[in-house]
Amino acid sequence: MSDSTSIKLDTVIPYTTNDPSLRAELSEIDRSIRSASIFFTASAVGWLLLGTVFALIAAYKLHEPGFAVGSEYSTFGRMRAAHLNSVALGFGNNMIFGVCLWIMARLCRAPIRHGGLLLIAGAFWNIGLTVGIAGIIKGDITSVEWLEIPRYATPLLAISYVLVGIWGVMAFRFRKGEHVYVSQWYFLAALFWFPWLYVIAQIMIIWAPAQGVVQSITNWWFAHNVLGLWLTPMALGVAYYLIPKVLGRPIYSYYLSVLGFWSLALFYNWAGVHHLIGGPVPVWLISAGIVASVMMVIPVVVVAINHHMTVVGLHREGWRSPTIRFVVFGAINYTFVSLIGSAMALRDVNLVTHFTHFTVGHAHHGAYGFFGMILFGGVYYMMPRLLQREWPSAGLIKIHFWGSALGILLMVFALQIGGWIQGLQMNNPEIAFLDIVQNTMPWLKARTVSGLLLLVAHLAFALNFFWMLLAPGKTNSKDAPTLLNVKEEGAAQ
Amino acid sequence: MKSLPLLFLGIFFMLAFSFTGIVLTSHVQFGALEQTTETLEADENGNLVMPDGEALYPLMEGGVTLQGKEVYISMGCIYCHSQQSRRDSYGADVGRGWAQRATVPRDYISQSRVLLGTMRTGPDLVNVGGRLQGDGGREWHHKHLYNPQITSKGSNMPSFAFLYKVQAIDGAPSANAVSIPDDSPYAPPAGYEIIPTRRAEALVEYLLSLKINYSLPEAPILD
Repeated sequence: MSDSTSIKLDTVIPYTTNDPSLRAELSEIDRSIRSASIFFTASAVGWLLLGTVFALIAAYKLHEPGFAVGSEYSTFGRMRAAHLNSVALGFGNNMIFGVCLWIMARLCRAPIRHGGLLLIAGAFWNIGLTVGIAGIIKGDITSVEWLEIPRYATPLLAISYVLVGIWGVMAFRFRKGEHVYVSQWYFLAALFWFPWLYVIAQIMIIWAPAQGVVQSITNWWFAHNVLGLWLTPMALGVAYYLIPKVLGRPIYSYYLSVLGFWSLALFYNWAGVHHLIGGPVPVWLISAGIVASVMMVIPVVVVAINHHMTVVGLHREGWRSPTIRFVVFGAINYTFVSLIGSAMALRDVNLVTHFTHFTVGHAHHGAYGFFGMILFGGVYYMMPRLLQREWPSAGLIKIHFWGSALGILLMVFALQIGGWIQGLQMNNPEIAFLDIVQNTMPWLKARTVSGLLLLVAHLAFALNFFWMLLAPGKTNSKDAPTLLNVKEEGAAQ
Repeated sequence: MKSLPLLFLGIFFMLAFSFTGIVLTSHVQFGALEQTTETLEADENGNLVMPDGEALYPLMEGGVTLQGKEVYISMGCIYCHSQQSRRDSYGADVGRGWAQRATVPRDYISQSRVLLGTMRTGPDLVNVGGRLQGDGGREWHHKHLYNPQITSKGSNMPSFAFLYKVQAIDGAPSANAVSIPDDSPYAPPAGYEIIPTRRAEALVEYLLSLKINYSLPEAPILD
């Protein structure tokens, strides 16, 4: 961040300062978590590439069913599960550990203690995940959605997770200063919620299975809350930190932040049962899930007002700052994907979208278009501060952004239009099932194209990331932030 | 919000609320259902009881069908096939002939792992054993698993040919060989036959066992 903007920030944001002693403190905090954050982020980039490859294989197989059928290891069901776990637990969780713990430490103004142990816990997380995904491909997949990893790997994951999570909570415990910023509420809550959800789901579905469809109810209470109480609060916390930080403008309303946080915590919890609408579960449960899903409009609109009103008038920053471009794209998608999600929970809408590719599009819209994009923005902001050097190539950042943005939009449109048609036709018993399958083909092919765009984006990101990490000589010489449009002076990163 | 304990209590009770409401309450309300007869009758006191001598449903899972379910799980079939039927007025599950009635919680009580599924890239399978039965059904499933194009032209289901062996015919053709017509593009070379492995046999027995061909007091099959 250039000095001119820092002076302006000084007066409006408590965590931005030119005071040399405070800057030294921030630098000390950054140093305390540097190796752990870089390790997590680098692992995330690796899992992202691997997960994208699994995704492309699965996507291609859905319209070319003769592709790669020689071995059971590459059959669709296993590739799909390998993809989901690579990107959700490999990319998503490592990004969270890398970026959110760093922001947490900075906001708490407390250096991370024993960063080396954090690194070891993180290494075990990635070992557990590697064993788990290898197990899925080998055939030990559980076929429980979002919990596919075989039971010999999950205890390692749970323990490593708890160890990593404890560092976040400890940073909060030993924080300096009175003020607790909104991002810290989200991080603290999510760090606590995730292990509870994960352990209960593991016990009630895998280790000591509950009877009958109680398993399914626990499954969707867990799976939807992975999005709602883990990925979502983490990404919102990052957005709440980065938007005012980069733009030099305080969050629009503190009171809306409080309302947004507690209404999300209350309603998202209950929303997951909408995955079982029409299914063999009591109607009162479904209705409770639908009510909660619709009530999610409150936190979504509140957060939308808070984020977009903070950015309003400064949208031009998106043409210069990589961070803002990714974060604002993600924040806009949060608004859209959440409102679509609330609508999908209505019985009349769900009748069409349930059991179709529409839901797959929705999941990617949320997990990638919202969560993934905001965390990318976080990495673009964090890495120069951890490494004390700049991103090597603005061009690669542009390729990453446009590949990701166009890719995810194409995917959402293709799957949701195709899925809607699929749903309407499935509800008409006069239309033969194989005709419906054929009618989804153009949309599934478009989805594969969108996956190729994402692959290009991820390769550009990985190239830029490892270039920055491993070849400092080429980037040390830069004396200004890497911006997307260098002609405009005075921009923030 | 400056107080850590207060913030933490709030965070704790939010999840405790949904955990109690959704998970624990379900467990208490219908986490211990038992098998029952298809209909109940009133005894001399007017209480509904199960008539003597009638079979209990749903059936227990076990034997080779349970081995087949392991194959179903390990291949990830759930990602394209659901196992649930919605009521006739909501969706076309009954209209398509996938099942004769909606499934209810009691239908799943004997299953060690419940595979409701959320996706229908392929058709629902909760009653596939009612649609395809006996030797005809067995033969159809083997052909379909070996290569779905044989029975369902234009399907996007992958082939599970790796669950089958192609072997030279030794004397007379084997009794369990998959019967693919010689003029089919998927037929084995002359003098060879396609034999299901033990896993393929088990998977097909599992599919044949998936039946909602019984009534429950709370979910009768209506004529």
